[in-house]
Amino acid sequence: MAPSTDSSALSDVSLPEKDAEKANRLSSERIAEEGSEKAVAGAIHSKLLSIRDKKKKSLCCYLMGGMSSDWQDIARAIENGGADIIEIGLPFSDPMIDGPVIQHASKVSLDSGNSPMSAIDSISNLDMSIPVVVMTYYNIIYRAGLYRMAGRMAAAGVSGSIIADLPVEEAGSWVATAGDAGIENIMLVAPTTSLDRTKVICDTSRGFVYCVGTMGVTGERDELPTSAKEVAAKVKSVTDKPALVGIGVSTPSQATSVCAIADGVILGSAIVRRVLEGENARGIENFVRLLRNAIDSL
Amino acid sequence: MRMALSMQETMGASFDLPDNTKSGFGVMGDPGSAGRYGEYGGRYVPEPLMTACLELEEEFRSAWADPDFHNQLDSILSYYAGRPTPVTECARLSERIGVRVLLKREDLAHTGSHKINNVTGQALLARRMGKSRLIAETGAGQHGVATATAAAFMGMECTVFMGEVDTLRQELNVFRMELLGANVVAVKSGSRTLKDAVNEALREWVSTCENTHYCVGSVMGPHPYPWIVRELQRVVGDEARDQCRQILNGQDPDWVVACVGGGSNAAGTFAGFVDTSSNLVGVEAAGGAAIAHGIPGVLHGMLSNLLQDDSGQILEAESISAGLDYPGIGPEHAHLASVGRARYEYADDEEVVRAFCQLSELEGIIPALESAHAVAWVVREAGKAIPFGSTVLITLSGRGDKDVSQVRDILRSSQSAGSQSTDLQSGGSQSGGSQSGGSQSGVAQDKVQAG
Repeated sequence: MAPSTDSSALSDVSLPEKDAEKANRLSSERIAEEGSEKAVAGAIHSKLLSIRDKKKKSLCCYLMGGMSSDWQDIARAIENGGADIIEIGLPFSDPMIDGPVIQHASKVSLDSGNSPMSAIDSISNLDMSIPVVVMTYYNIIYRAGLYRMAGRMAAAGVSGSIIADLPVEEAGSWVATAGDAGIENIMLVAPTTSLDRTKVICDTSRGFVYCVGTMGVTGERDELPTSAKEVAAKVKSVTDKPALVGIGVSTPSQATSVCAIADGVILGSAIVRRVLEGENARGIENFVRLLRNAIDSL
Repeated sequence: MRMALSMQETMGASFDLPDNTKSGFGVMGDPGSAGRYGEYGGRYVPEPLMTACLELEEEFRSAWADPDFHNQLDSILSYYAGRPTPVTECARLSERIGVRVLLKREDLAHTGSHKINNVTGQALLARRMGKSRLIAETGAGQHGVATATAAAFMGMECTVFMGEVDTLRQELNVFRMELLGANVVAVKSGSRTLKDAVNEALREWVSTCENTHYCVGSVMGPHPYPWIVRELQRVVGDEARDQCRQILNGQDPDWVVACVGGGSNAAGTFAGFVDTSSNLVGVEAAGGAAIAHGIPGVLHGMLSNLLQDDSGQILEAESISAGLDYPGIGPEHAHLASVGRARYEYADDEEVVRAFCQLSELEGIIPALESAHAVAWVVREAGKAIPFGSTVLITLSGRGDKDVSQVRDILRSSQSAGSQSTDLQSGGSQSGGSQSGGSQSGVAQDKVQAG
């Protein structure tokens, strides 16, 4: 993290509590400034920008670390199928934004003797050529210690993080620590997020902005929620950073539809369910290729 | 724990404004917009829930400053919920254990526990926000019953999430909620107890927050919940302080004791005494003692002490009382413990059952198993931590009707297990035992033998 003289001056001031909101605003602006300075450098950000420059859309696929004995083969299959980014879930006992499919995958992973750290350490064995993002909950990071976790991720070759329950107000420490280790922390914008708030989140987010496609937990849906395109449009109205839509996108046609506006899509439960149902690496590779071809046909 | 916290502070020092480490206006005051109690609390929720939390905070700030809201709330608490609840002097128990025991009788409030104070306020708040539906988590069922009651009374829809294990332990309360018109969802994820019911309620809230208010049952969860629930339970402590001063000629009790799961009855009680010289004690279940055995972490939207393993997986709390089976504790309690304004102890299942029987036999008051934890600690520590002759106020958070069949089963099985039974029912722990004649255990013993 770049030493910032004005920020240390700010933190030295003992703020009266009634000024807390002012401090909040100040810090958001400050995070935003530093964010935009640093965000250009990351592997995820530059890859997604170059895809957009070629008028293409990005595909990010999610897999829970340790959810099956062949999960590492499946991770490679996701790359071979044509994903631009892979998102690896670190298992947590209480995944509150996840629906039944990913909850179950998390439980299977833990019950098989995996831990968040063992999943991270396995990532270096995957030898992926596409950027790896880890997705988890803040207690996993807090318990390990922010500095230790960031170092461990970086050592395993992780490029980014998504912390589901870490909103922008609480994210400062992790954004800084992860940034120092070269990890781009990706923030979420929801359909209900106000425009002012969306600006602050987009400025703080590194790599890309995760547009939550629907008000709900992770899981497949028959219809693409109307909010999926709306949230992407909202994000794109305030930032140049890539806007990828996840949660609520489950099929090639839904992915194509949302990519009319978004810079890309994130699919999780549609893949995790197939793995839980016993689909092997070849089957997952075929599914990812379907997604790839669908969004490339745009 | 200190390492993790200081590391976070160090790493984030130049980045981490708002100053989340500063709490609000004094001890048990306004936690500020960041919702911090010392270093605890905060608001760790996925972005889809942030707007709902921010709106709720804004609405509560406005309602709590509005005399009309207070009038409406006070009026319902009086004519519907039966407030104020009395303080009862326990002459026989006091004589037995050698300290003067007063009980704040939340068991006499409508629905049988202090939970009605919180849900009445939150239901009014929900109506003020134009929400037509309440959802809630429940452990023992007390909060679920109270929420279902408020929903019925105010003509709102209600869904209660309850761990499947708890629906079996407390099946009468499930039926009670259904009678009140609520839909009860048995939660089958995770450990199928209170913490999983909270997860499921949060998940439901994400997709329904437009018309639904999540009526959180304790001083836990993301800001502003710990603050809202403490303020709505403050009535317990405020009443008790005035009542104690009448009984004690203007004096405050030497000790103020309440059971703690998430800690709402304790927070409400302590709020009335935090600026007196009374010693404040929260009593957790031995199998869910987040202060004694927990480590700071983030769960259900808050930073607090949690039972967790080395990798940050949340552990299951286990105790005789479903209502205390929570692996965390409200963040303000973690703060009160860290600054030393309150102390947190625990009671094990065996002494809790003894206290349950003892209060029933000596005072004619059957306490909830949750509340019996507070009684058990006082009985155990009379003449030890609590000097003989002290005055003790215990908040009796609820009545024990819901627990009677469970305790009957426990006493029967301990009876058939043989020698253990006398320990279970003997009027006291080691300290109480030396002063007790033993006659107080007779009733329970007879019942067991007759059964």
